[in-house]
Amino acid sequence: MSADLQTQFDALIDADERIEPRDWMPDAYRKTLIRQIAQHAHSEIIGMQPEGNWITRAPSLKRKAILMAKVQDEAGHGLYLYGAAETLGVDRAELLDLLHTRKQKYSSIFNYPTISWADVGAIGWLVDGAAITNQVPLCRCSYGPYARAMIRICKEESFHQRQGFEILLTLSNGTPAQRGLAQDAVNRWWWPSLMMFGPPDADSPNSAQSMAWGIKRFSNDELRQKFVDMTVPQAGVLGLTLPDPELRFDEETGHHHFGEIDWTEFYQVVKGNGPCNEQRLRHRVRAHEEGAWVGEAAAAYAAKQASREGVAVA
Amino acid sequence: MSQLWEVFVRGRRGLSHVHAGSVHAADAQMALRNARDVYTRRGEGVSIWVVPSSQITASTPDEKDPFFDPSADKVYRHPTFYNLPEEVRQM
Repeated sequence: MSADLQTQFDALIDADERIEPRDWMPDAYRKTLIRQIAQHAHSEIIGMQPEGNWITRAPSLKRKAILMAKVQDEAGHGLYLYGAAETLGVDRAELLDLLHTRKQKYSSIFNYPTISWADVGAIGWLVDGAAITNQVPLCRCSYGPYARAMIRICKEESFHQRQGFEILLTLSNGTPAQRGLAQDAVNRWWWPSLMMFGPPDADSPNSAQSMAWGIKRFSNDELRQKFVDMTVPQAGVLGLTLPDPELRFDEETGHHHFGEIDWTEFYQVVKGNGPCNEQRLRHRVRAHEEGAWVGEAAAAYAAKQASREGVAVA
Repeated sequence: MSQLWEVFVRGRRGLSHVHAGSVHAADAQMALRNARDVYTRRGEGVSIWVVPSSQITASTPDEKDPFFDPSADKVYRHPTFYNLPEEVRQM
């Protein structure tokens, strides 16, 4: 029986069809998806913090309104993704517990601080730009609910990237001090953005299985190269430089050659030793605990209404 | 306790409601508001339905073949089953 089910599953994957929630799927496929989607959802909601840091200090009402809309989108993206994960038989509350107890991770990029307004621009342009490069292929992921959530997210990310680029463009064309802020932000966010694609293919042991399952469509290094090729000309338009002396266009390969990434830094931040790991998680847990009364109040209200209407509470 | 609701959104008048995803909420009113905030931040809908997920009865994929079989062998239900003489251009 199980062999039959496995054959059916393999046939769907081979035909590039989607797997849907009630379909049989191998345990390892389910586990991989739960881990990946949860980690992705955690990244979205932790990602609200570095930018939320600037909402009260945005330089104009327009920028403030835009930034609030963007941070709300990140919350929405987290919710789409938790919803997709729940179709695999886990509960959102369990996943949040795993985040809070450090048993599941989120993208390391959010463990870097946002020390100036220009960082909001650099995050939109580089971090969201890298996220889009990673996420567009996920719109064709073999698991239906994840793919559908990604389609929604990608549509909205495009606003995020453009608003970041526009912030940097404005700063870059401003006073020398503003220009300096923009360059400094790009200098700090460039390398961490390249690390967002994950370790080099040779050190990414799970990639092959994810590719075979149609969860992943391109390798880490392929996506990283794609991002660099796309971004270098945009830096030219901004009139800003990228902090890599080795960066040059290679006529032979048709791609930009870039310098060695400092993977020691990457693994340090992954292990919890980045500049803001502690702060991010502490803030998340505090928000969760201090906000618990809202859910409790809503549940109490719902129970009271239901009893008044004489309806059994679900 | 908060429960899970499935969200269906009508994109515009003239279209049917389409499944958009799910939300958590304590009651139906809150589910509607959450669904509005989560799934229609950019004018994606003019009407929303929320349904407790537990209230949905679905066919099981395991019996997909036998369940849908009855329609598979009735090719005569499709207009292409019928050959028309050349002279009849459109029907």
